[in-house]
Amino acid sequence: MEVFLQQLINGVTLGSIYGLIAIGYTMVFGIIGMVNFAHGDVFMVSAFVALIAFLLLTAWAGISSIPVALLIVLAVAMFFTSLVNWVIERVAYRPLRGSFRLAPLISAIGMSIFLSNFVQVTQGPRNKSIPPMVQGEIVLYRHNHYPVTLSYKQLVIWVVTAALLACFWYLVAKTKLGRAQRACEQDQKMAALVGVDVDRTISMTFVIAAALAAVAGTMYLMYYGVVSFSDGFVPGVKAFTAAVLGGIGSLPGAVVGGLLIGLIETFWSAYFSIDYKDVAAFSVLAITLIFLPQGLFGRPDVEKV
Amino acid sequence: MAVAANTLLHVEHLTMRFGGLVAVDDLSFDVNEGEITALIGPNGAGKTTVFNCITGFYHPSEGRLGLRHGDAAVWETLEALTASGARYRSQHGGTLFLLERMPDYLITHRARVARTFQNIRLFPGMTVLENLLVAQHNPLMRASGYTLLGIFGLSSYGAAERAAIEKARAWLDRVGLLDRADDPAGDLPYGAQRRLEIARAMCTDPVLLCLDEPAAGLNPRESAELNELLLSIRADLGTSVLLIEHDMSVVMEISDHVIVLDYGVKIADGPPQAVRNDAKVIAAYLGVADEEEVAEVEAEVG
Amino acid sequence: MSAVGRESEHPHAPRGPARPVLPAPARSRLASAVRDSAVTAALAFGLFLPLIGFETVTNIRNEVTLQTRWPLLFAITAAMGFGRMFYTLTLEPAIRRRALRAAGAPSAWRARAGRLFVPSAIAFIILYPAVVLLLTGASGALKWIDNFGIQILIYVMLGWGLNIVVGLAGLLDLGYVAFYAVGAYSYALLAKTFGLAFWILLPLAGILASFWGILLGFPVLRLRGDYLAIVTLAFGEIIRIVIVNWVDLTNGYAGIGGIPRPTFFGIPFSADDDGFAAVFGLEFSPLHRTIFLYYIILALALLTAYVTVRLRRLPVGRAWEALREDEIACRSLGINTTNTKLTAFAMGAMFAGFAGSFFAARQGFISPESFTFIESATILSIVVLGGMGSQIGVAIAAVVMIGGTEIMRELDFLKDVFGQTFDPTQYRMLLFGFAMVVIMVVRPRGLISTREPSVFLHERKTISAELVKEGRG
Repeated sequence: MEVFLQQLINGVTLGSIYGLIAIGYTMVFGIIGMVNFAHGDVFMVSAFVALIAFLLLTAWAGISSIPVALLIVLAVAMFFTSLVNWVIERVAYRPLRGSFRLAPLISAIGMSIFLSNFVQVTQGPRNKSIPPMVQGEIVLYRHNHYPVTLSYKQLVIWVVTAALLACFWYLVAKTKLGRAQRACEQDQKMAALVGVDVDRTISMTFVIAAALAAVAGTMYLMYYGVVSFSDGFVPGVKAFTAAVLGGIGSLPGAVVGGLLIGLIETFWSAYFSIDYKDVAAFSVLAITLIFLPQGLFGRPDVEKV
Repeated sequence: MAVAANTLLHVEHLTMRFGGLVAVDDLSFDVNEGEITALIGPNGAGKTTVFNCITGFYHPSEGRLGLRHGDAAVWETLEALTASGARYRSQHGGTLFLLERMPDYLITHRARVARTFQNIRLFPGMTVLENLLVAQHNPLMRASGYTLLGIFGLSSYGAAERAAIEKARAWLDRVGLLDRADDPAGDLPYGAQRRLEIARAMCTDPVLLCLDEPAAGLNPRESAELNELLLSIRADLGTSVLLIEHDMSVVMEISDHVIVLDYGVKIADGPPQAVRNDAKVIAAYLGVADEEEVAEVEAEVG
Repeated sequence: MSAVGRESEHPHAPRGPARPVLPAPARSRLASAVRDSAVTAALAFGLFLPLIGFETVTNIRNEVTLQTRWPLLFAITAAMGFGRMFYTLTLEPAIRRRALRAAGAPSAWRARAGRLFVPSAIAFIILYPAVVLLLTGASGALKWIDNFGIQILIYVMLGWGLNIVVGLAGLLDLGYVAFYAVGAYSYALLAKTFGLAFWILLPLAGILASFWGILLGFPVLRLRGDYLAIVTLAFGEIIRIVIVNWVDLTNGYAGIGGIPRPTFFGIPFSADDDGFAAVFGLEFSPLHRTIFLYYIILALALLTAYVTVRLRRLPVGRAWEALREDEIACRSLGINTTNTKLTAFAMGAMFAGFAGSFFAARQGFISPESFTFIESATILSIVVLGGMGSQIGVAIAAVVMIGGTEIMRELDFLKDVFGQTFDPTQYRMLLFGFAMVVIMVVRPRGLISTREPSVFLHERKTISAELVKEGRG
């Protein structure tokens, strides 16, 4: 029972990170119908930016208050990652909008390879670790000398994720940008005809997706304390699995999907085999696509005859 | 109820539901062999849905769709075939098919029902000739030994391919596209694309040709040419035609039998002149809703 | 939600957004060029500040510290700025002028050059080992024939195999490397366990791979476009992870070594008295086996091409292309699209299996490292870059991409320029990814963006790529 509860806590934490990345995938797919292969590597880049920002603040600027440092790191990571994604969209995807379907996909794959190798070349291939940012934990429950703990960093992740999702929900549901996004998702041509600036809306979508990925990247850095240039691919695919599971194009679906994938992975590792945990994620992806392609919250895509 | 001898397609109690929406409600009609039958009705009446059910792109919620090849005596086996759960049966010198049990490609391949689409579906990156050769895929596959013989260049396939090209050439001549045989299909003007789609459907040697709004977007001269084409198909090849149309000049001039749908329900069924004067039909097209207004219109029409 | 389609527009309209015809006056052109460059430089500065401006260095105490690289950052920012200036002032007007020229049907001279190109290319490829021997002698030839010739031909074959699935049938397969792996591992395991000869195992590996092609293809047939791509990617990764973890069978990360090398029809390529060299009265040289391997892969690749060309003219090939154009129309013509898709998967997988078994035989050692997603992506890029469905295009693309990245290993002279610690091979993949993006943006439909019809009545007219659908899977 204690193991179960602990894994539940761990799974939700991991799932929050996946959910944040998954939203990025689902938003971009919803608005331009493209799977942004490079999104996982954007997440990895944000983790590195967070790492550098953190080192700057603690070593150079000498900021010792962790919450302040964390907030600044978050802001810095979000800013730079959004900039990166904005440029990527302008350079690699926008020229290909409306053309050949495979071209943006290949471009995205190329961008993914470029990003991970860029980090590898500029920062070196070794893992980069930092001393723990946030330490300590709350013991929730103790039985038979096995404590169920909620560490402070897990708590931070929960709080930050919840706060950001709330902001994000507000943005999508209540603001003009959100409406514009939903219009573009439904019918781009028509949206343009009624005066929606489609280009700007798409750019902002990429910016928001990157911002959320940056939050995920910072949380990832804080949680695991170590990043590597190759950390883009597998979490990226898992987050994409989460988006598909929840129903690609559906924002609540992405969050729910993320939590589910986090839980599945954590429970699988704990109760079965940790070696095959990635297989679990990929298998969920394959099974979902084969049997339930519209995911949990999506609508089936029916081609009109 | 016995099925009439010259019935080709016998539709009984066809119902199509999409979730809560009933698109086609208990529709029954017959298409007779060698006739041109028109299915008309206001937009949204469910006509294309009926087509999709007949040609296997939708699986009907309810209903029986019987199609006959050969001797009309085979209709007697209809009940037995339904009970047996099989898709088709050959008996008494004919074959009877239950289309609601068959997937779309088999309906074309075995039952030999061909169709065209409301939004033209050609193969735009392939030439006009290639489009017609794709239509003859099944006989050519057999001739190529399901590819195995073909890879080794055996002559039986070469002869079959030449015959297929000849057949394509004959159809291109008939629809007036012979000089554009090597052009990409996507390059053709709209009217030519429609004709090509019909020619392509005919290359599958159908007994029943289903045309979904073949005259849509055609000017009066092109519509007249379409009429000629369909009449010649009926006269020379004996192919039965079932068409959905809005263009009344086509419907009235060439159809032998007209069925009118409105909101998924049949409201008229008979020869063109009778249907044209039917008050309910007029009311449906004019958008008149209830009984009183129908009586008014009836009085007006006389 | 679908992207705005351009295929429905006039097929001969020039691509790209409409640009004004009148050139702007020189002074304002310069002013806007300067402004553009300033913006570019500012953007570059912002983009590269975190990762180039700072470097994370792990010191002796295993702590990560920061070092700055301001000179490098400023150099790159300046380079971007000036590069943008150069582009705006010289390249951009040139491109605009070219775009305004009528982009009609592909020109006649291109067609004629195309007809000459293929026979001369084939001749060159057949004579390649001799040419290399002449130019670089026996010592240099080994590298050029093996790392370039054989390596490129393997990818050409893989590209042609995937071309059947993606280029002809329009099925987006991102997990092609799985069949390559099946071919390699089945060869390795069967050769080591049963000691069968290369020539027997080659078709066996192909059959096994195509069996897997059907198995993996079957559940995913209903999926379209991107979904199909993702699920095939998932399958590819699953197979790789299984290979890594099923240590009893595959030896995991350590790989399988000591795979029997191919023999010259029974005569081994060793230095012994019964070896190839001794039997034919030559002095032993590792070149013999390499050249033999070269001709084997050349034969396999040409076989792939030959089969593909023949299949295109047969009903099954036409059905593949029709499937790519419009699946529903295919079904309405009586074509069983399920079987058509499975056949495409099986054929593509078979050729990957052949390539895989060749790979295992050539290396003598295989490990899961060679069968990552990047390989699938590379092969797919070769197909897309070549121009889907075009045999020649795929071959050229393979030469450019694989040859290009292999050449980077030869650029040792750059060490003299940038210092001894500069390792060009590190930049291989970086350049590779960058090249993928650039090529897609510049030429989204690939090098050979036209389609040749498989049959014609009066004359063979090449079809421009704008009309050809790319398939929804």
